[in-house]
Parts: sequence; C-alpha cells; structure tokens
Amino acid sequence: MASFVGVQFTFCFRIIVILFFLHFYRTSLSAHEIETQASHFFRSGHTNNWAVLVCTSRFWFNYRHVANTLSVYRSVKRLGIPDSHIVLMLADDMACNHRNPKPATVFSHKNMELNVYGDDVEVDYRGYEVTVENFLRVLTGRLPASTPRSKRLLSDDRSNILIYMTGHGGNGFLKFQDSEEITNVELADAFEQMWQKRRYNELLFIIDTCQGASMYERFYSPNIMALASSQVGEDSLSHQPDLAIGVHLMDRYTFYLLEFLEDIHPASQSNMNDLFKVCPKSQCVSTPGHRTDLFQRNPNSVLITDFFGSVRKVEITMSTMKLNPNNTERTEIDVNEEMVTTLQHYVDQLPVAEIIHQKPKQKDWHPPDGFILGLWTLIILIFFQTYGIKHLKHVF
Amino acid sequence: MGLLSDPNRRRALTNLVTRLNTPLCVMCYIVGITWFLGLAFEPFTLRTYMSENAMGSTMVEEKFVYGDRALSYSREFSGHRKKVGGLPVDWLGKTMKSRGLEVYKQTFSRTLPFPDESKERYMVKGTNVYGILRAPRAPRTESILLSATCSEGSNNNQAVGLLLALASYFRGQIYWAKDIIFLVNEHDLIGMEAWLEAYHDVNMTGIQSSPMQGRAGAIQAAVSLELSSDVITSFDVVVEGLNGQLPNLDLVNLFYAFCQKIGMLCTIQGKLQRNDWDTLPGYSHSLNTMLLMVLKQSSGRPQGDHGLFLRYHVEAVTLRGINSFRQYKFDMSTVGKLIEGMFRKLNNLLERFHQSYFFYLLPSLTRFVSIGYYMPAFSFLILILMLRALDLWVQLSNTPRVQDDEEQDPGPSMLSLATPIFICHLTGLALYFLPILSQDMATQHFPVSETEAVVFTAIAIYVAGLALPHNTHRALSGNGTECGWKFETLISSVPCCAPWLYSAD
Repeated sequence: MASFVGVQFTFCFRIIVILFFLHFYRTSLSAHEIETQASHFFRSGHTNNWAVLVCTSRFWFNYRHVANTLSVYRSVKRLGIPDSHIVLMLADDMACNHRNPKPATVFSHKNMELNVYGDDVEVDYRGYEVTVENFLRVLTGRLPASTPRSKRLLSDDRSNILIYMTGHGGNGFLKFQDSEEITNVELADAFEQMWQKRRYNELLFIIDTCQGASMYERFYSPNIMALASSQVGEDSLSHQPDLAIGVHLMDRYTFYLLEFLEDIHPASQSNMNDLFKVCPKSQCVSTPGHRTDLFQRNPNSVLITDFFGSVRKVEITMSTMKLNPNNTERTEIDVNEEMVTTLQHYVDQLPVAEIIHQKPKQKDWHPPDGFILGLWTLIILIFFQTYGIKHLKHVF
Repeated sequence: MGLLSDPNRRRALTNLVTRLNTPLCVMCYIVGITWFLGLAFEPFTLRTYMSENAMGSTMVEEKFVYGDRALSYSREFSGHRKKVGGLPVDWLGKTMKSRGLEVYKQTFSRTLPFPDESKERYMVKGTNVYGILRAPRAPRTESILLSATCSEGSNNNQAVGLLLALASYFRGQIYWAKDIIFLVNEHDLIGMEAWLEAYHDVNMTGIQSSPMQGRAGAIQAAVSLELSSDVITSFDVVVEGLNGQLPNLDLVNLFYAFCQKIGMLCTIQGKLQRNDWDTLPGYSHSLNTMLLMVLKQSSGRPQGDHGLFLRYHVEAVTLRGINSFRQYKFDMSTVGKLIEGMFRKLNNLLERFHQSYFFYLLPSLTRFVSIGYYMPAFSFLILILMLRALDLWVQLSNTPRVQDDEEQDPGPSMLSLATPIFICHLTGLALYFLPILSQDMATQHFPVSETEAVVFTAIAIYVAGLALPHNTHRALSGNGTECGWKFETLISSVPCCAPWLYSAD
C-alpha cells in the first residue's frame, strides 16, 4: 500500500512539477510578450499630439477649402485629439454665409451626405484673424501674453504635430485671404524655429493647394514628413459640385484623404506608406508628392495614428517588467551633433538696462565725412588744370 | 542725327509722303474696311468665356415649376389693365404685398418736347410699382433687379405674370445674399428713367417724380423682361443701350451659358447661330449680325429698357421672348428656370461686374470682338486724315521756296483764316440751338407742327450755309487763297484725329 501511495505521490509530484514548469514557462512567455508590447510604447517617442489646421481662403466660391479643413478636423477629433490640442483656423464662415441654402452646415459629400460642421466645432482663429503673422506666431509660440490658451500651440519636445494647410497656392507660396502670402522659405524657417525651441518631436505637414509640392521643398529641419496634393506646375482640382448649394464641395486630394481616414480607427496599424498611396493620379489628376528624407524613422514604421490620433496605449498587467528606454528603432543620422549635446536654454529677453544704454553697432566702415567731397574737388581741379578752363562751360 | 533732324532723311521722308500720298491713303482706306469686315470671320474672333470667378459655372439646380401660375397672373394683369386703362397700380400693389414683398409706388410726370403722336398731348403721367424682396440674412447693401415694362396696348402681360410668379417663388428661398427688386414700370423708357433718377437721387432729364420711399442698396445687375406670348420659340438678348453703351460681356455670357444648360434656343439681333462659318452665307450672317449691332449702337437709342441702367454703372440686359412659327415651343416654366438660374448666379457675385469687356462687338452669341481688335480698323481710317494733314503741311512749307521769283503775296493773315472757321462754328451753334428755340415761335405763326418746325429750321440754316463758300471767297483774295485753303484743311483735319488718338490707348 505504501508503495502504491509512494508511486502515486511521485506521479502527482511529477505532474505538479510539470504543471509548475508549464506555468512558469507561460508566465515568462507572457512577461516577454508584455515586454515586447511595452517596448512598442517607445517606438515613436512622442507623448502627446497636436494639430494645426489652416484654411486660408475666403469667399463663397472657396467653400471647398473650408470643407477640406473641417473634414480633417473631424477625422482628427474622431481619432482622439481633443479640441484643446487642435488649433483650427478658418478664414471665412461658410456655414453662416448668406448664400448657404442649408445654414449652419458645411457638406463634404454631394447630396448632403456628410455634414463636417457638426455640432461641436471649435474654431480658434476665424475670419480676418487668419493671417500669415498669426499663423507664424502660433507655430513659433511668440504670442502676446494675453492670448488665450485655445489660440496657442503649447507643444513640447515630445509632441507630434500635424499641420494641414489648404487654399490657393502657387510655386513657392500660399495665398492668405486674398491679400498676402506665405512663402516656402518662411515656412521652413518657422519650422526651424520650432525645432530650435524644441517645440515638436515629429511633424507631419500636409498641404492641398495648386503646386503644393513647392511648399515643402525648402524644409531643412529634422523629423519632418511632408505630403502635398500636386507637384510643381500642376493644379490641384476640385472634386464634385453640389447643385443645390451651387459650389464645389471638396478638393480631390482631401476627399480621398477623408475616405481613407474614415477607415482608420484608434487601434489601426496602418502606416505612412498607405497614406502616401492616397489619391493616385487616376483619381486626383494631379500627382501627389511626399518627402521623407528629413524624417529619422522609416515611414512604414510610422503609424497614421501617431499624427492623426491621440492614442494612449493602456495594458493592465500584474507582472513586473524591465523597460529599456533605449530600445527604439531610430536610425541615427548625423544631423547636427551640436543640437544633441549642448545644453539648450531659451534666449534671454532683452533686459531693460540694455535697451536704454544700447549703442548702435557700426558694422561697415565708412570714410570720414567730407573725404569723398574733397576727393572729387581735387579730381575736378586737376582735370581743369590739365585740359583748360574752356571745358568748364560744358560741365554746367 | 535723328530721323527728322537730319535734312537729307527728312527730305526723303517728306518726298515719300507727298509722292505716295494718294496711294497710301487709298491703301489705308482699303485696309481699314477690310480689317473691319474681316472681324466677323470666325477664326479671327475669340470664343466667349465667363471671366467672373465668383459666379462660377452654371452649377445650380433650378426648381422653378410655376409656369402656369405665371400665366394666370398674366391673365389677371391684362384683365385689370383693360379695366383701368393703364397700369393697374392697386391690383399690382396688392398682389406683390400678398407675395411677401415690400411694395412701393412712385408717380412721375414729364413734359415732352414734342407732343405724343397718338394722343397729341405734352404731359406724360405714370406710376411705377416695385416690390423689394429683402434678403433673409444679408445686410441690405446690394440688390439685383428684375423688371417688366407695362407698354402700350396689351404687350408684355406674360412678362409681368412671370415676374410675379418668380417673386413668389424667390420669396420662399433662403439663399439670397442680395435684395431683389421687382419693378413694373409704365411708359417704357420714361418710367424707367424716372425710377432710376429717383433711386439714385439725381435729376438729369427734368422728370418730376414723387420721392422714393424704399431702396434696396446698390444695384449690381438688372434684367428686363419682354414676353408677349404664352409660349416662346426663342429667347433674344438685347445689349445695346443709351448712346451705344454696352453691358459687361459677362452678363451676356451668363445668359448664353444658361441657354445652353436648359437647351433653349437663344438668339442675338433676332438671328440664330450658324455652324458654317467657312461658307459665304455663314460669314455674311455673322457679318450681318455684327453690323446690325454697330448700327444699333450708332443710333444711340436704347434698344430695351435695360439701356438706361448702364449710365448708372449697373450692368443690364433685356431678354425678349420671340414666338415664331417653329415647332418646338418653350413654356413659361423653362423661361422661369433660366431666369432663376441667372439670378442664383448673380447672387454669388461679390463685386460689380468688372472682369470682362465693356466694349465689344458680337458677331454671334459665342464669339466676340473686343475693342482692341476693332479699334485699329478705325485708326486706319483716321490715319488717312493724318496723312493728308502731313501732306498739306509739307506742301505749305515747300511752296514759299518755290515761288521766290514771283510776286510774293503776303501770306494769309490770321484774321482771314479765322473767319471761315468762325463762320462754320457759328453755323454749328445755330443748328444746335435755333431749332428748339424757334419751335415754339414757328408753330404760333406758321401752320406747322413742332416736329416739322424743327426740320424746316434746320433746312433754312443749311440753305443759308450754301452761300458760305461764295462769301468766304470774297473775304479772301489773291494767291494766298491757295495757301490759305491748305492751311484751313490742315487745321480742321488735325482736331478730328486728336480724339481718336486719345481713345486708341
């Protein structure tokens, strides 16, 4: 009997040991899974998302630009970026325009299928406040102290920013409000200011205008990815008119972008390569372009939701794990080593004392006064002495 | 040295001008005429296009279906009109008010210079009735106008009916950004001028009118309707206005664009468009159309009620429905759709019409000739005058040297030269003022009517003018006459060229 019990005991003991090893193996496996999942947290390196959406044209016949911007706003809000992190600039009010047969609506699809104006649109810069100066101030953060928070881009060095611009443009410029324009050089410099002040981690720039690719040609700051709806020399075309409203409702590129984004949900894993394929030439008539050379990560590892959504990954676990903060997929490119190693600090505001006692700096050397006059008098005297006084009357 | 300061070159040039003067003049004349006639040839013209971006293309949805309502309104209007014997002011005011418009009336009166032919009276009295449809959400700063005139007899009833039906339909829409004025004016041009003068608060023609009570802001565009039949076969657009002024070409283009969209037959000068521009009949058809337009412009008479708007910088056209013996007829609903489409597009305007041409000729509705293309033809004709003047100048500067050995008459004195010119100007002034001044007197003492008196006075002045050459020949004498006449011709031809030179730039 004791031997039987002993045999059973050893049998049970073996089963228990096997079960124990299996369990241990499984937990260690799941811990490893969780670790790999947790390492995904640090893939992109950003912790918050911002969006700056700009529509630069006014007047009723530019209805489609407002509809463009509002459709991107809608997608961005749906994917999780809150209004406090969106700066929406609309140069004209189409919803309440006198000519709108359906007041308080802005439609993006004909037959009034989709009202992108919705019930909770928060426009931060409206009407004549949309100017080049205000746009650049928003980007660089140089706003007067009285500016409310909703009008500020309060991003930090861990923010991914989406910048979407639409309107009328040309080779190297974008027209604001029929009276001014922003050039690609200005925009590139504004982005460099943002980089210097560490106002973004990564930036996605989308532009839907005629010859839009010219606007991203001059970028030189790191971590910028840019998309445009048409190349230099091409026009971006509008999509479809609605006969009841009497205007074109959307531009082609943004229309297909909206259709693409409607399929994206907060957990979607689509990456930037899918975004580059939006609106090929057969649908858009113009050739969309993109630029990724300044971006450090590989586009196919960049999720759409990295820029369009504000995703918080939450996984509940009871196990402990080791997190290695250097476990990123960044490819190190030698951009500018100074920027990484030197200690960054904000430029001092000019102290009052220096304003009062400041001397004008003389950069160029000019000869003392009267020197030129004396030189010319000497030359003329010698001339007349050599050639005679009779030439004097020809001078005067 | 310069071309003209070098004596050798100068002599060569002047010889050229004098020797080849006649051939050059003839050539200029032929070139000018050929150029003008060639303008009607289709490859030399440009296709019309919409210049105003705000108006966009014809992408609207027209929903007007109340053609039968328009016809019933027109029957009521004609009935009331017969009863009252003029414009049925009260009925019209009541109907417009019931449709939701703000109704205002304006009475006017004018003493005519010549009595009315049919009624032999001087005083014309009338009333204009207009209703303003206020834009539901817009400020009252701009407006567009639709008018139909209540002319003599029983014309134009359907236009008034359609106007009322459109007014009731437009009242139900919320997309109007401008006020719409619906005007029914009496006595055609006189009533329209009275309304315009009172609206813009000027007094140019001496019409007395009651003060204007209701205004709707600056008028951006106006359309005048003339429809005298229940169904029409084609729609004619009339552009020539007062003193030959034309509306902006964009308004005509808008009309044609909607004609094409709806599929209505549209004409200009009453002529249909032809496709065979390379055949002689096709070319002569467009030449005919263009020359008719030139003729109507030159008459200075506004061909429709719209012609009076142009002076106030309001672009306007008249749309005339024509009922001929064609088979396919268009009913009032189609006409209403066209006007609705035009008004919806005019609603989208942000500024007055200014993008397209103001001076043009239309050989057909799809082709136009702008002033830059037809003005060179006229400048060639003026070049002849300049060449003649040059020729005379050269001759005058040459003759004293040639006739050195003969007895030198003193050159024509300034007084003797000035006398014929002075007499000519006096004649002109007499022709301008005397007929009107003598009109009254003549009818009192002579058994003639006023119009005949004017004509007789003019004839009398012409007959007196026949004696002019004889008198001036007696005033001037001697060899200086030859020089003098040349000088005269020179002086009189140069002022003729000068205005053309200024207008050419």
